[in-house]
Amino acid sequence: MRDTFVRTLAELAKKDKNIELVTGDLGFGVLKPFWEQCPDQFTNAGIAEQNMASMAAGMAMEGKTVFIYSIGNFPTLRCLEQIRNDCAYHQADVKIVCIGGGFVYGSLGMSHQATEDLAILRALPDILVMAPADLVEAEECTKALARQKGTGYLRLGRGEEKRIHEKIENFQIGKAIKVHDGERTVIFSTGAIFEEVTRAYEELREKGYNPAVYTFPTVKPIDRETIENAAKNFDIVVTVEEHNIIGGFGGAVAEVMAEMKERKARLLRIGLNDEYSIRVGDQKYLRQQYGMDCSAIVNKIRRQFE
Amino acid sequence: MKKMTSEQLAWLIRRHSVEMTHLSGGSHIGSILSVADIVAVLYADVMKYKAHEPQWKERDRLILSKGHAGAAIYAALSEEGFFPVEELKTHYANGSRLSGHVSHHLPGVDFSTGSLGHGLSAAVGMAYAAKKDRITDHRVFAVLGDGECDEGSVWEAVLFANHYRLNNLIAIVDHNRMQSLDFNENTLEIEDFGLKWRAFGWNVIEINGNSHKELKSAFGAADKLSSEVLHKPTVIIADTIKGYGIKFMENNILWHYRFPHEGWEYDGAVYELYQSKPEGVRDPYTPDGIQRPELHLEELEGKWAFTETWNTTYPEPMRRVYAKPGTLEAVHRILEE
Repeated sequence: MRDTFVRTLAELAKKDKNIELVTGDLGFGVLKPFWEQCPDQFTNAGIAEQNMASMAAGMAMEGKTVFIYSIGNFPTLRCLEQIRNDCAYHQADVKIVCIGGGFVYGSLGMSHQATEDLAILRALPDILVMAPADLVEAEECTKALARQKGTGYLRLGRGEEKRIHEKIENFQIGKAIKVHDGERTVIFSTGAIFEEVTRAYEELREKGYNPAVYTFPTVKPIDRETIENAAKNFDIVVTVEEHNIIGGFGGAVAEVMAEMKERKARLLRIGLNDEYSIRVGDQKYLRQQYGMDCSAIVNKIRRQFE
Repeated sequence: MKKMTSEQLAWLIRRHSVEMTHLSGGSHIGSILSVADIVAVLYADVMKYKAHEPQWKERDRLILSKGHAGAAIYAALSEEGFFPVEELKTHYANGSRLSGHVSHHLPGVDFSTGSLGHGLSAAVGMAYAAKKDRITDHRVFAVLGDGECDEGSVWEAVLFANHYRLNNLIAIVDHNRMQSLDFNENTLEIEDFGLKWRAFGWNVIEINGNSHKELKSAFGAADKLSSEVLHKPTVIIADTIKGYGIKFMENNILWHYRFPHEGWEYDGAVYELYQSKPEGVRDPYTPDGIQRPELHLEELEGKWAFTETWNTTYPEPMRRVYAKPGTLEAVHRILEE
């Protein structure tokens, strides 16, 4: 996803000289294609995220579209107030790019795991929040964010993601993408955990289930229409996110469902169960340990039918 | 209309601020009074702008990073014609555009602030963007508080501005030596303040920031320094007195939050201002001034206390700064206990 983002942004930046990429001293070996192709649109702001976020707002006030880049919680929680007051409140054209949403930096430890970012960024007015599921969505999200004026957040995985969607017709901000039709159960997911969802889908099919699957590359504004339709037509809505179950994607879906006058479906949120990860291991291991890998998703859904 | 002198504008900023905080019960009069001369000189003599065209591309940008002194900016903007002076009375009021901390929803304000330690970074971004585009027709000014420099983010911006040689950026620190609860030195020791900026690579000009003559020559010197071959950013460390212009407020931390109450506090504040009223200025509130009131300073005793009265048992000998109202020298006196 990193590479897709960097490649896509470089293509856009070659055509639009106002696009800037500012890094908080991260992206070793990753950002090279950008600075080679667009050296005058690249800045290393040093290990100083607060200054980076406010400075990006200042640059945006002068007409730039500024992508600020860092990993984990550094471009978000570390400079949250700068994002709130200086970027979002001024509707500054600043896009915050996080590499390593969820457990990407597994063994590096809790400091590097971004597991509350969606909830926190989603709570700020005037921020578009996107979490692409695969490389295809990552490219579409990058393009959409560059087009859309204002403050945005792009939560990416890292390097190992694949193309899962074959292609996406008519990608739109705020619209979920239907991956599979199905019945009784519908699985909604956001971000790179989609690879686990994809495998869970196959396993569920083998076991005789036929769930529908949607990805939500946009977490805010949330696709109300898709959620409401699903809640009327399915028995169970399942949300899957590599994130705390409180306040994030599952929280957004819960808010929509809770306000419906009539619905058929109940809700199952799968994600990190309101805790910090204290175990050590890679992303796959941590997903398994914290109950959001393929088999955990399958088991949790099957239990709904017991 | 003949342009106002900086002295006239500074007086009006002070007069409006007394009225605005008095009417609204608003805070930060001490801070507004200390920065009034800096703001007045910027608007009267230094900055390039068009009141009827607030977004004019070639305007000099100004960010008041110590946003709590927003009343000073509001007063200056209204006097310079950005919006009616009459609107100042709505400060803090329901439905007003004039929030306590400075807001960009008002014509002439380039950036909203209020949380300390943000403004210099935003100014850095503006200056950097202009540099990248080879735009040299305007400068960017950021006015900071000295207490604000406790914030680490300020020093991130200071590092960046030097590294990228932002000589189109001028920072002015309203160095009134006081912050919310006490003197800077009794809070987080910040001296040698000028040396810190120098160590970060900036040009440093240290002046009396309540002297218009010194302020004007400092801005002139800043322009010269900025054009030097090293292209360093410049900071003007403006030594000011918190509460300057109203004797009973000077160097008194009480007036960081207290507003001039009805009675002798308000009357005394206005009376004090009239002792140095320049010619040719019209006061819209009390055009004939106010008779000298009897000050009842004893009423304010016990309403505030410096940190030394906490009687901490912390084992290290802490430095203490004491000051006499209206003096710059006394605040330099640092006593070992």
